[in-house]
Amino acid sequence: MQFENINDFLAMGGYGFYVWLSFGISTILLLALIFSSISSHKQVIKNIAMRMQREDKLRQVRKQNKKSTLSASPDKLLNKSTHEITQ
Amino acid sequence: MWKWLHPYANPEVSYHFAGKILPWLSALTVICLSIGIVWALAFAPADYQQGDSFRIFYIHVPAASLSMGIYFGMAIAAFTSMVWQFKLADASAAAMAPIGAVFTAIALITGAAWGKPMWGTWWIWDARLTSELILLFLYLGIIALHNAFEDKNLAGKAASILTLVGVINLPIIKYSVEWWNTLHQGSTVSKLGRPSMSADMLWPFLFCFLGFALLVGVIICIRFRSEILARNSIRPWVKKLVSAQVPTAQHTPVENK
Repeated sequence: MQFENINDFLAMGGYGFYVWLSFGISTILLLALIFSSISSHKQVIKNIAMRMQREDKLRQVRKQNKKSTLSASPDKLLNKSTHEITQ
Repeated sequence: MWKWLHPYANPEVSYHFAGKILPWLSALTVICLSIGIVWALAFAPADYQQGDSFRIFYIHVPAASLSMGIYFGMAIAAFTSMVWQFKLADASAAAMAPIGAVFTAIALITGAAWGKPMWGTWWIWDARLTSELILLFLYLGIIALHNAFEDKNLAGKAASILTLVGVINLPIIKYSVEWWNTLHQGSTVSKLGRPSMSADMLWPFLFCFLGFALLVGVIICIRFRSEILARNSIRPWVKKLVSAQVPTAQHTPVENK
């Protein structure tokens, strides 16, 4: 141990401000980077989940439309199903 | 070796591999960094000229060399994605850029806090400091390009070009202390096999360096995984994975009737 007591340790031989400033800012920046990386990972998963829900809803709506237009215009139905395949 | 490497070109395999090594890397990081930082702050001897302000060295030097190391890794990834159209390389380059930016910022800030008591100034427009500042701007430009396009392939291409052009900055940073007269001191640790440091200062440095390098690995794994998911969001394996994690997103597979 290089220091006699805790005050000595905090003073860092007169350079306390600079040493603790460096270590403090580095810690803050690295923690911020770690937490933002983790939260952005969760956000990506949430976004994909939202898009999946939206696609499911769209698919259900299309299915209902298909049923109602089945007898009315087979031409429209053809367009719709090719559209679905290309997606 | 190619046979061994080949499965890792698959995004799904890479995603799970990164997830598997993440806890081990994190544990090693915590061990190395706590040993290194405690040793550096409390047990390493003070410098005979610089006193205890020298302890900033234990963050400043690893951060500065990692800021260049990450850029080098990113340039290799950019080159791979440009030449072989390898999409995972783009994802890893995009994962590395923010980490490099943070380490460059740490190197600059700790350097300023060390420069004030030693040189009498926070900042000086000298070769080493200016070229490191340019490195920070390069990182920021690359991050901006990765986010500027909706199409991730196009974004990756633009960012790769900037990354490869910016490689010219690396030798400038490295040799700036030799090519120009500068306030910044020369290299202490990597003096061709015989570092001009005593062992009781060198050991805590090695622990700090290894700890920070492992930390970079940990954050790359986290960000690489989200980049893979974002780029493969329409793949069935991603949808399955997401619906397993988010119960509200009940994925009903397309019925072919």
